[in-house]
Amino acid sequence: MTADSHIDSHGAAHTSTGLSNNKLGMWLFLGSECLLFGGLISTYMLYRGRVGEGPRPSQVFDIPFTSVSSFVLLMSSLTMVLAVSAAHKGDDRNTHLWISVTALLGATFVGGQVYEFTAFYNEGMGFTTSLFSSSFYVLTGFHGVHVTVGIIMLMSTVGILKRSKVPGSKAETIELIGLYWHFVDIVWIIIFTLIYLIPA
Amino acid sequence: MTTETHSSTEHGMSNAGYVRIAVILAAITGLEVATYYVDFGALFLPSLLLMMAVKFVIVVSFFMHLKFDNKLFSWVFYAGLILALTVYGIFLATFHFFS
Repeated sequence: MTADSHIDSHGAAHTSTGLSNNKLGMWLFLGSECLLFGGLISTYMLYRGRVGEGPRPSQVFDIPFTSVSSFVLLMSSLTMVLAVSAAHKGDDRNTHLWISVTALLGATFVGGQVYEFTAFYNEGMGFTTSLFSSSFYVLTGFHGVHVTVGIIMLMSTVGILKRSKVPGSKAETIELIGLYWHFVDIVWIIIFTLIYLIPA
Repeated sequence: MTTETHSSTEHGMSNAGYVRIAVILAAITGLEVATYYVDFGALFLPSLLLMMAVKFVIVVSFFMHLKFDNKLFSWVFYAGLILALTVYGIFLATFHFFS
């Protein structure tokens, strides 16, 4: 039995819950990710004042730059939801377009993060400089890896969709990637406020 | 029923609705950044945390469609979130973070 046969023309899944198992699995995964990022954020909160001989957060953070990066990631959530909307309407052209724009915005954010890390390193904040720097790089690095994985998923989806080899409902596949992408965005909403805007 | 309405009912909102939500999110982000430069006094921390929570709920409810989707998805996600908040709240309290 293929994945196609599990979802009828109205989007209802023929499962014991009446819901898509893939979607339920994605929500379970995202719920568990809350625990991962919760641990990383809590560790940073504990260690943010432990700067040792290294620079303090207020000495290295560039709020205008990070604000623009945050805005870029926030807008990528808009383009992602527009891609999902287009996919549900069967509009392949706009689906490809919005997914590509989302990946581009995500890549811009990751590029900004690489620039930021380089600038911090040049200002004397290495990975092992202090507990603050270690916890900061681990937290924001993990988030950056999540964004990068999202970009790879988006670009792979565009490539696979062009060959029409996506198993199951195209719209649901894009919706699942969209859920992951929005989750990465809400994690950044928290990081931006707690790590950058609230001084240690 | 138009295709747009049908789609909106099943999968969330219209595209114009999503753009409106994005404008609201951008405005809240602007206010958040403003707190870094303008002295909000005692309201600084509560207002920042409130704006963060509002943005979080807006994205989860509208962009992730939890508001329109089956309640089981909400339970699954918020259970993970509440568990994380509880566990790490206790963790931080153990290390006297709040005192």
